[in-house]
Amino acid sequence: MLKSLFIIFSFQLFGEAIQKFFEINIPGPVIGLILLLLVFIFFLKSPTPYKKIKQEISETSHQIINYLSLLFVPIGVGVVMHINYLGDNLFKILAIIVIGTLASLVFTAFVMEKIIKLEKKNVKRR
Amino acid sequence: MSKEDKLYKIWVYLQAEPLFWITLTLGAFLLGDYLYKKSKLNPLVNPVAISILIVSSVLLTMDVTYDRYFNGAKFIHFMLGPATVALAIPIYEKKNLILKEIKPIVFSIFLGIPFAILITYYLASFFNLDQEIILTMVPRNVTAPIAMGIAELIGGIPSLTAIITIITGIVGASLGTFALNIFNIKDMSARGFGFGLASHGIGTARAMSKNKTAGVFAALAMGLSGIATSIFVLIIIKFII
Repeated sequence: MLKSLFIIFSFQLFGEAIQKFFEINIPGPVIGLILLLLVFIFFLKSPTPYKKIKQEISETSHQIINYLSLLFVPIGVGVVMHINYLGDNLFKILAIIVIGTLASLVFTAFVMEKIIKLEKKNVKRR
Repeated sequence: MSKEDKLYKIWVYLQAEPLFWITLTLGAFLLGDYLYKKSKLNPLVNPVAISILIVSSVLLTMDVTYDRYFNGAKFIHFMLGPATVALAIPIYEKKNLILKEIKPIVFSIFLGIPFAILITYYLASFFNLDQEIILTMVPRNVTAPIAMGIAELIGGIPSLTAIITIITGIVGASLGTFALNIFNIKDMSARGFGFGLASHGIGTARAMSKNKTAGVFAALAMGLSGIATSIFVLIIIKFII
């Protein structure tokens, strides 16, 4: 547990450092995610010597992700406490969020499902 | 000293300590999560929304400032970074499935992101919002730190963007399932991808709790859309303004 936490934290730290150094618009944790993924794909390929640590990182990661929802509560409370910042536009903004979010969610899923189906058909034809 | 005075003193002492607010947040979430599971994962019984409502009502009735609350809650908030890094693992475990669907993934990003940006832009213009507010809203579908960065670049108000982004996540997580069902979209990877692209981390958390494949595609979409949106917004804004 401690070892894997150390590794996950280190990757975030590394990500933050890269973000600051190159002044890129992607948050440090996302860079950390990409780095950890690359290390898993390219460097921890041969299973035997790394099996144990891979297993440990994997278990810890799943445990943290299980509580992903919880981690949004503190900022969510901030939204409620500062909702008056939206002022007179509150209802218009809420309407735009509801329509816009559901429309893009459905549109994206629709496009993806269509292409997956098309691909399956092509595979069958061959 | 009367009993009330003593209780009041204890309260004054405890509410100044982080422990109280961490415990309250955990308790509120456990209750929210219990109700969510009890409702057989009904998206309307969103555990994040429930815990936010419980904690904010406590803060409002007890007249506690957000700064004081966050002084404790920041220890929970802190784990958001490591949790984002940890999303690499489920993505890694499903890498074969992702590689198999690489074409749909690329197409959905290239069509989905401009769609998300443009619909927000045109809806906001339709509702006659000020240019500054429109630009504040445009990056709302990506994770808060990226959205705030984009807002700053294009002339929006980053702190407002953060608020709008979080509401977007909660709306997607609690209503997205119904929208997808209405349009009869069944494929789990497509559903998850929609969640991640349109409602970032909170949508991803919802997808993760319901189906592993959906959760992985949501996490993937969240990461990719964060990167793609930063690029697309700059191009699109240049053309329409």
